[in-house]
Amino acid sequence: MPERDANTADLHPESDGRLCATGPWVLDHVQALADKVDRLAGSAREFDASGISRLDASGALLLERILCRTGIEPERARLPREWRALFDAVHGSCDDAHEPEPSCEPQWRQVLERIGRSCVEVARSTRELLHFMGVTVHRLGRTIVQPQRLRLTATVHHMEQTGLDAAPLLVLLSALVGAVVAFLGATVLRAFGAELFVIDLVTFAFVREFGVLLTAILLAGRTASAFCAQIGMMKTREEIDAIRTLGLDEIELLVLPRLIALLITLPLLAFIATASGLLGGLVVSVLSLDINLTIFLDRVTQTLRLQDYLVGMIKAPIFATIIALIGCLEGMRVAGTAQSVGEHTTIAVVRSITMVIVIDALAAIYFQEIGW
Amino acid sequence: MVNANPSPIADQDGREVIIRVRDLVNRFDDDQVHDRLDLDVYRGEILAVVGGSGTGKSVLMRSILGLLRPTAGCIEVLGQRIEEAEDAREIMARRAGVLFQDGALFSSLTVLENVELPLKSHYPEMPVQLRRDLARSKLQLVGLSENDSPKMPAELSGGMRKRVALARALAHEPELLFLDEPTAGLDPIGAADFDRLLRTLQQALGLTVFLITHDLDTIYTICDRVAALAGHKVVATGPVAEVERLDHEWVQRYFHGPRARAARHEDE
Repeated sequence: MPERDANTADLHPESDGRLCATGPWVLDHVQALADKVDRLAGSAREFDASGISRLDASGALLLERILCRTGIEPERARLPREWRALFDAVHGSCDDAHEPEPSCEPQWRQVLERIGRSCVEVARSTRELLHFMGVTVHRLGRTIVQPQRLRLTATVHHMEQTGLDAAPLLVLLSALVGAVVAFLGATVLRAFGAELFVIDLVTFAFVREFGVLLTAILLAGRTASAFCAQIGMMKTREEIDAIRTLGLDEIELLVLPRLIALLITLPLLAFIATASGLLGGLVVSVLSLDINLTIFLDRVTQTLRLQDYLVGMIKAPIFATIIALIGCLEGMRVAGTAQSVGEHTTIAVVRSITMVIVIDALAAIYFQEIGW
Repeated sequence: MVNANPSPIADQDGREVIIRVRDLVNRFDDDQVHDRLDLDVYRGEILAVVGGSGTGKSVLMRSILGLLRPTAGCIEVLGQRIEEAEDAREIMARRAGVLFQDGALFSSLTVLENVELPLKSHYPEMPVQLRRDLARSKLQLVGLSENDSPKMPAELSGGMRKRVALARALAHEPELLFLDEPTAGLDPIGAADFDRLLRTLQQALGLTVFLITHDLDTIYTICDRVAALAGHKVVATGPVAEVERLDHEWVQRYFHGPRARAARHEDE
């Protein structure tokens, strides 16, 4: 037998019909060997593994494959004694397993199935949200009757996190949007020489809609995700179960402080956002529209009615409830894995923003109809 | 190959030293973990590292793996200085498999994908089918069935997670295997099965195993040598029968407490 390079693994047929394996049959060479096995294994009647200098489990799998295809008994393969234990371990664990057949449903059925699944999912999660809301209202009622049950420290902590910490960003965003609305109004109204009405536009936009809507959208992104991730991580670490086994109530302990915190801070933030929006409009009016401060303030006090303010503010607690409940509920629905935390956080943000905008639109129509 | 011919080191008895730790010092701020610690691991043995909580067993393992740069000292693995090498982590990633406590399986990947991952990172050009076959054979090697491969880690029991983690640690055919408390959290039957599996694979694949454990049954049944960590150093190394006779307070309490007596009794 010609001496082969000891550092390259090889599989080659000899003239007498034997298939010879030589060199290190290890993972580094497995790729090249696998091709040769596929090409050569079918034809051989005898197999000689005595030239193998090194073997690992991956190489042993290929040997197994050769023996399987040629039907040669392992005893006749002349494998060096030192590698027998390894080969037997791999050989013993192989049971000719086959890959499970991938299901080949037709495309249109898969599409229908997905639509159906998501419909059922929406119905289920709506029911869950209603159930969760009911339980939370019950606990809220109990806490109102027995105020000593309220976790005051936690509530204040969440007020700081969701309210105070969000305020600077909210002021900046609202002021910029206020300025943009003023510019936009000026561009359109200048054609009619009615630049003064820019003040009305900014005032009504922010007092009735944008103040509270911007706040709610910001908090839906910022706070619903935080609530969901916090509670979700606690869920994965079985802290929720621990709370239950200690005879405590997870709604009272985790959800109520967050809900109450948002119910207090969201209206306050909405007020700040409204004021900032007006300020942004004011700055643009004074600097580039030749409307001075006195005219601006006069105009605002003349046109603004109390009910405009109420139309905006009445929505604040509703949005606060939606954001807090969806954030907490999605956190509770997290199951086990880190991936699940991510999925539910996304759902929490998307769903709460959607709900906020839908409810705002419905409210706008309603108040229009009743003539406020 | 990363290093073609690392010069093997041998001690006086002629046994090849695979891991040589000398004068290892680890200090975090004012917290001294290791103080001039020495340790040898020989080729083809199972070395159990024991020690009380907080004696720096995991820190030692992380230092050897190149995950943590020691404050001072010298660590040679397969003839290469780990603590100096820029690419220490790559070297160790290629030559060592690690089973972390509780498996550390990637929860977003299936069982099979978890085992495929080391092959994917070390052999990116390998055909998918071959990679899958190799991963599947590793799963069978650790005693898992074909039906388990599409499952997600969250669906597995603790014992199965450990087995998948072992399959993942072995997927790229390492010479060295590091285990951090592999039997913690398993029931006695599962733990005994895992010990047996580990011994079988270690012998069949010729692995060198560095094993951190608190499990006295594991120490008495499958370990070749024990290294006891106490007081920032390795106070004793050797076969368990020798180490347990050492006149050291912690060692005496460890090996002659009620739990140790029970484990030894079982073994005899």
